[in-house]
Amino acid sequence: MQSPEIYARLTQLFHDLFDDPELILSATLTAKDVDGWDSLNHVRLVLSVQKAFGVRFSASEISKLGNVGELVQLIEIKVSPSAQGDGAPHPSVLHGTRRENQSGSNASDE
Amino acid sequence: MRAMSNLLDSLAWLPPPPPDFTAICRGVLASPQDFGQRLQWLASHALDEIQLNQLAKQVARAREAGHSLAPLTPFKLGLISNATTDLICPALVATALRHGIALECVQAPFGQVAQQALSSGSEIKRARPDAVLVAADFRGLPLRPTPGDATAARETVTHVLDHLTAVREGIKQEGKAICILQTIARPAEPCFGSLDLVTPGTLRHLIDAVNRGIAASVAGTEDVLLDVAGLAETVGLAEWHSPIEWNLAKLPFASAFLPLYSDHVCRLIGALRGKSRRCLVLDLDNTLWSGVIGDDGIEGIIIGQGDATGEAHLTVQQAALSLRDRGIVLAVSSKNDDEIARLPFQTHPEMVLREEHIAVFQANWNDKASNIKAIAQELSLGLDAMVFLDDNPTERGLVRRLLPQVAVPELPEDPSLYARTLMASGYFEAITFSAEDRHRSDFYRDNARRVALQKQAGDVDAYLASLEMVISFRPFDDVGRARITQLINKSNQFNLTTRRYTEAEVRDVGCDPDCYTLQVGLSDIYGNNGMISVVICRRNRSDWHVDTWLMSCRVLGRRVENAILREILGEARRRGIHRIIGVYRPTARNKMVEDHYSKLGFSVVERGEDGAVLWELDLASASSEGLHIPMAVERFGFDLVEAD
Repeated sequence: MQSPEIYARLTQLFHDLFDDPELILSATLTAKDVDGWDSLNHVRLVLSVQKAFGVRFSASEISKLGNVGELVQLIEIKVSPSAQGDGAPHPSVLHGTRRENQSGSNASDE
Repeated sequence: MRAMSNLLDSLAWLPPPPPDFTAICRGVLASPQDFGQRLQWLASHALDEIQLNQLAKQVARAREAGHSLAPLTPFKLGLISNATTDLICPALVATALRHGIALECVQAPFGQVAQQALSSGSEIKRARPDAVLVAADFRGLPLRPTPGDATAARETVTHVLDHLTAVREGIKQEGKAICILQTIARPAEPCFGSLDLVTPGTLRHLIDAVNRGIAASVAGTEDVLLDVAGLAETVGLAEWHSPIEWNLAKLPFASAFLPLYSDHVCRLIGALRGKSRRCLVLDLDNTLWSGVIGDDGIEGIIIGQGDATGEAHLTVQQAALSLRDRGIVLAVSSKNDDEIARLPFQTHPEMVLREEHIAVFQANWNDKASNIKAIAQELSLGLDAMVFLDDNPTERGLVRRLLPQVAVPELPEDPSLYARTLMASGYFEAITFSAEDRHRSDFYRDNARRVALQKQAGDVDAYLASLEMVISFRPFDDVGRARITQLINKSNQFNLTTRRYTEAEVRDVGCDPDCYTLQVGLSDIYGNNGMISVVICRRNRSDWHVDTWLMSCRVLGRRVENAILREILGEARRRGIHRIIGVYRPTARNKMVEDHYSKLGFSVVERGEDGAVLWELDLASASSEGLHIPMAVERFGFDLVEAD
């Protein structure tokens, strides 16, 4: 998936989530710039991005996210075939965590 | 397991939201009329967490603007938990609309279970809620594992139960709030493995004991139980618990289950306010059995052991019967002749459901919305007490549109999943079960009654227009011949003459210059119905004799007959025909088309001794203008040179 396509889908998601159909996404957009982007909606955003793109993020990846550009980059890596095998989302959270553990997350305690 | 989980976490019994949900939701405040109903309608779809949140925002805005949410029933819920509930509150507010409740949700600060319950000035207590949901997570309870130490384990269980009792009593000290207590979903990670269940003091052992204790403590009180442990096991503990989401935000379960969890909470609240459904209206053909009783006959329908499809439908019957045993009234609404529809109930050895189980039996050719209304009136139940189970998406769509108060579960393609989908829907949620409930179905002693036909329940034409039907006409051809022959030899009900022909005869008719033939297809927003009607007219000087006119009962009530007559009339005029002659030849199965020609404006020529009736329509006086035809028309394969 190319980043323009990711931006298009993210834009729809942001519009629904922040209830603002005028919001324009850019790489440098941060939580401070968007009305209602608090820690709760950040969690909501991440969860719905995971659902919409069929990807899983580790806890450390989520907490390191700084702006929209980094989010797009992360999605790009996750949906590329080399990162996900056949590109299909993994059904199990436990499975996903094990994979992401290499990046230093302590999220998995299975 | 994934399939089960998908069925549940996607709320598969609810129709998908309209594609422009976001826009409708944003615009819902624009007109304050029927505000409550429109919100309830939006909530009656399978919404995800974001959509629930969007809807909850509109409820909040409506409250700020002072709009009435009538006729929804107000309910104030306090929520105390040892986990993050910020995502849960809006999901509950939106989901409650689906259950007819205008919910106000008061949230306690994170982790303050005991403080909120026990101190008199707490947020929760000041709000004077109708109920308090005590949403305890295993990670926030004093569940200290002591594997192998039975005495310590007993103490731990007592300690946890005492803690919960104190919370309950604290909540009840002031005000009239009842408690909704959750059972505890155990973690997916074992200690030993299978030995956990054998060994006292493991988390598995402790949580099982605590859950049984919670259930026992609720029995016989006004408080109610929310069996989260059961729900988590049903969807799978490894799916339910998301370590990442817990670590990230202390979410007590994977957020994918927020819509499902919320629906379970709101079912209980609905049940507390008397909104649980009380009557299940069942379709027959391809719902209670496989096949069409009117066409396939008692030996042709598939029901019962020894056949995968037969067993799938048997499961539906068993589910219906178990609902009846707990007090849900059963009724039937079927497009059939009454005596034919009753046959399987009376004589089929594999049928689990019998006539005495059915309180009202409506088998006729009326639209189902009218029949469900008649059933509700006969049982003195509101439409909001009814659930309607039908495999046919068009029937479901019609009832949803004309009677939005009736719950109409979506059904998957495979009948094996019908029973599971119905039971997962929770329409019949109960908070008590009494001896009276057990016998309620027997109160309807006058079993399997039939109610007189009602006048049409609503604007069927508007609904038909919304189906975006396209009818297609072709003369008989090589491609269609096998299906044409099949329809000619199989159709019993909508069949004016019941003449059977071999494939060779069908080919000859198609080549005969004195024969006019039609194969008719129909598609709509739900998909392509394939070939649904066959007509053969034979020329006799300037008359056309309708030798064969038959139609699949699946498309009854769609005005297909009107479109076909207009097609016949147009072609007859082009070919210089002056009169159409039709005959109705009665059989044991085709009573439904007795008035077919009369409805289309034909007049009687003569009535034979065998019951056959000859009809005619003079083209000079015939007009197709009065024929309502709510569909687009396509023609293929006709000789267009002759036209006009």
